[in-house]
Amino acid sequence: MGKFIGKSIKRKEDVRFLTGKGKYTDDIKLPGMTHAAFVRSPYAHAKINNINTAEALKAEGVVAIFTGQDECGNYGVPCGWQVNFKNGETMREPQQPLLAKGVVRYLGEAVAIVIAETLEQARDAAELVEVDYEELPAVTNPKEAMKEGAPLVHDEWPDNAAFDWCIGNDRAEVEKALENAHHVTELEYVNQRLAPNAIEPRSYIADYNAADDKWTLYTSTQNPHLIRLLLCAFALGIPEHKVRVVSYDVGGGFGSKIFHYTQEALLTWATKQIGRPIKWTADRSEAFLTDAHGRDHVVKAKMGFDKEGKIVALLADEYCAMGAYLSTFAPAIPTYLHGTLFQGLYTTPLIHLDVTAPFTHTVPVDAYRGAGRPEATYLLERLIETGAKEMGMDPAEIRFKNFIPPFDGVNQPGYQTQVALQYDSGNYAPVLKRALEMAGYEDFRKEQEEARKQGKLLGIGISTYIEACGIAPSAVVGALGARAGLYEAGEVRVQPTGKVSIYTGAHAHGQGHETTFAQIVADKLGIALEDVEIIHGDSERSAFGMGTYGSRSLAVGGSAIVKSIEKVLEKGAKIAAHKLEAAVEDLDYADGKWTVKGTDKSVSFGDVALTAYVPHDYPEGLEPGLDFSSFYDPANFTYPFGAHIAIVEVCPDTGKVTLKRFITCDDVGNVINPMIVDGQVHGGVVQGIGQALLEGVVYDENGQMISGSYMDYAMPRADDVPMIETDRTVTPCPHNPLGVKGAGEAGTIGSTPAVVNAVVDALWHLGIRDIPMPLTPARVWEAMNAAKA
Amino acid sequence: MKVTLTVNGKQYSQEVEPRTSLTHFLREMLNLTGTHIGCDTSSCGACTVILDGVAVKSCTVLAVQADGCEVTTIEGLAEGDHLHPIQEAFREHHGLQCGFCTPGMVMTAVDLLQKNPNPTEEEIRHGLEGNFCRCTGYHNIVKSIQHAAEKLNA
Repeated sequence: MGKFIGKSIKRKEDVRFLTGKGKYTDDIKLPGMTHAAFVRSPYAHAKINNINTAEALKAEGVVAIFTGQDECGNYGVPCGWQVNFKNGETMREPQQPLLAKGVVRYLGEAVAIVIAETLEQARDAAELVEVDYEELPAVTNPKEAMKEGAPLVHDEWPDNAAFDWCIGNDRAEVEKALENAHHVTELEYVNQRLAPNAIEPRSYIADYNAADDKWTLYTSTQNPHLIRLLLCAFALGIPEHKVRVVSYDVGGGFGSKIFHYTQEALLTWATKQIGRPIKWTADRSEAFLTDAHGRDHVVKAKMGFDKEGKIVALLADEYCAMGAYLSTFAPAIPTYLHGTLFQGLYTTPLIHLDVTAPFTHTVPVDAYRGAGRPEATYLLERLIETGAKEMGMDPAEIRFKNFIPPFDGVNQPGYQTQVALQYDSGNYAPVLKRALEMAGYEDFRKEQEEARKQGKLLGIGISTYIEACGIAPSAVVGALGARAGLYEAGEVRVQPTGKVSIYTGAHAHGQGHETTFAQIVADKLGIALEDVEIIHGDSERSAFGMGTYGSRSLAVGGSAIVKSIEKVLEKGAKIAAHKLEAAVEDLDYADGKWTVKGTDKSVSFGDVALTAYVPHDYPEGLEPGLDFSSFYDPANFTYPFGAHIAIVEVCPDTGKVTLKRFITCDDVGNVINPMIVDGQVHGGVVQGIGQALLEGVVYDENGQMISGSYMDYAMPRADDVPMIETDRTVTPCPHNPLGVKGAGEAGTIGSTPAVVNAVVDALWHLGIRDIPMPLTPARVWEAMNAAKA
Repeated sequence: MKVTLTVNGKQYSQEVEPRTSLTHFLREMLNLTGTHIGCDTSSCGACTVILDGVAVKSCTVLAVQADGCEVTTIEGLAEGDHLHPIQEAFREHHGLQCGFCTPGMVMTAVDLLQKNPNPTEEEIRHGLEGNFCRCTGYHNIVKSIQHAAEKLNA
């Protein structure tokens, strides 16, 4: 631990946000800027017979209107991950058009873009565009989509499957083990569709400058360089060096701002047509209709146990919706980010998962906080908890029985799972022990019993989880179908005065990189925190980058910066040695200066920096300057883990669930800033609670969304949740220089099953075994009522 | 229509359309972009400002309704370089992450502590019902407001 690493340093970015000086995309105004509004399909599936823009074009302020019949109709945004069918057939990959051409395939799909002088004029004119639709039947449920005779999302293929996939041991072997198991627990459920709901809606400004034939795209993205690559090389075919992608402050992402959206490409195309900048910002209704959703798995799963409660086999079949088109990372989510986590924290010897991923007449589904891993944890933790109860075992005890024994990845090798991954390091029993202690588990059971006698329904639910962060290395993910590398870039520019600018390819949208990255740099260089500036979010400033998602920033982006710092110190030592007339190996570096061992002769980092840029008296053959850039491609994923416990009270009359306590003990490896890690856990946990109790996107049988506003989609509010009680253990990551694992998604991954387990625990004695999420008062009441009957 | 408003102590007179919301007026006409828009149903609270001493969601106030009123936005809360105690408490207790809901949260907290200088945790949570935050899980926002109350009462 240094002066800054491991300390709860207050965030450098906060003052600008607290004084209203954040710079979000919608805050930017460019000279001559126009505004866009979209004409969107009111149907989930329809043929477009005709689009009449004549009246709209005459409306006041209208600059241009484009439809799928224009040149832009030839372009589409790409998918970044290929998962082929089990039989080797290539993944079915329809073009996701910038504007619908002939057919609309989901509610809200854009049919025309109207560009006008003001936003109001654009919206008014969009109302005047007449579209003649012929409504067609739609299918929104992924299991229904695979039934014989289901409406086809894309006519060119005989059924709706985009691909199917499996992982794990031989299915027949797993089935046999289940047949021979002492007890088999089976669950069928829906892991429901969620809307990510970053509070800042997506926003883009495209600006073509004819003078230097260059585009600038301001975008609320989590990964500006990736957007530039996808936009230039795949969507529009324009030269990458002619495009600058900028994303300053971004108001939350949660996965939904990773993807390359059609509007980014369309605005970039259109700005050159009209020769003026164009802004579009989604309103909340558009966000519900067009931001990629998360989850939406229809699941059937079995877990087999022996007499002692040891898991002997796990088998699952899932239908996972892709939506109408394949979004950027969509195919990876229910496969390589999901099935690969089926080992969980347990020694299960036989595992098999079959996934069918159909197209549906809905907005695309892609990564949403946790992305595949919350769905895996939900499956495992609901099964083990239910299994324990069915066998009359304690749900905590059964987990201890099944935990993988500790391994540090240094003295003991990593743990090879049945589902491809090798865990880096883990020590699982202590997190559950600690969480149980915090919850007062033993006493709670007594309290629960007493409460029941008085007609009160209390429940406790456990969940233990593992997640995989910092997805890597590039060669491995490439072999699994990724069409990109998954490294990160980090540049350290030391200025002549010894001040340091860091250019990272990671992107902060709430994570606090400007503080945590600076803590690392200031510590490693032994300089003041205010002498370090972190620069991100601009493709023309940072060399390259893969951006921020999958809890990768610190483990991958932070490690790239550390690599560059090591290079700075190596070169700095040569300059220092020259100045001190000593050999490099005779120098020590500490507290911002090189000292000749055993003497008080030293030279400061600032002096060395100045010498590097004013090299009058300088080592022979050494280049001037002191800046280094590095790419870091990790050796493996990182594997944080933890235990979550929820304590709930269910109202016997209304079915309303009150979350009384929520307890976590997480292990995210080494911690750079505990305050920020706690904050990530709090927020993640509440998002997971949202799925358990409140949230769900609902499409009706015609593909109309009936949860398309905050009046209809229940978001967690301050009075829905308690304070989150957190603690940590530390098992460092053995393969990155910081020993960090990542903390962004852990909360969301662990919390959902803990809450559902707690509610079911409160109602188990009534014969209730499962309730579909979200556990609204109506659903809980229905379950209680049905149990009584 | 012409409206005259005092915003953060400065008077502005502008021509507006009758349908212009106060949010739009602040963001687009006065370039005070600290007031944010997160929804279209008056649910999220990101646009909260103080209008004649009371917190309002500025997306559901028309600029013409605010004619002759005094408005304080997030930009007008600090005194020079000195953050308001509530802003300071949010910084001190990590009451913000992405910062997008923050202006609305802070302005709501100003109103809440004016009305109830010694709120319980439950009262704070109830008072924040009209403001969404997707990042913090509200934990540190509640803590920030508790600490701000202590400071303001000291």
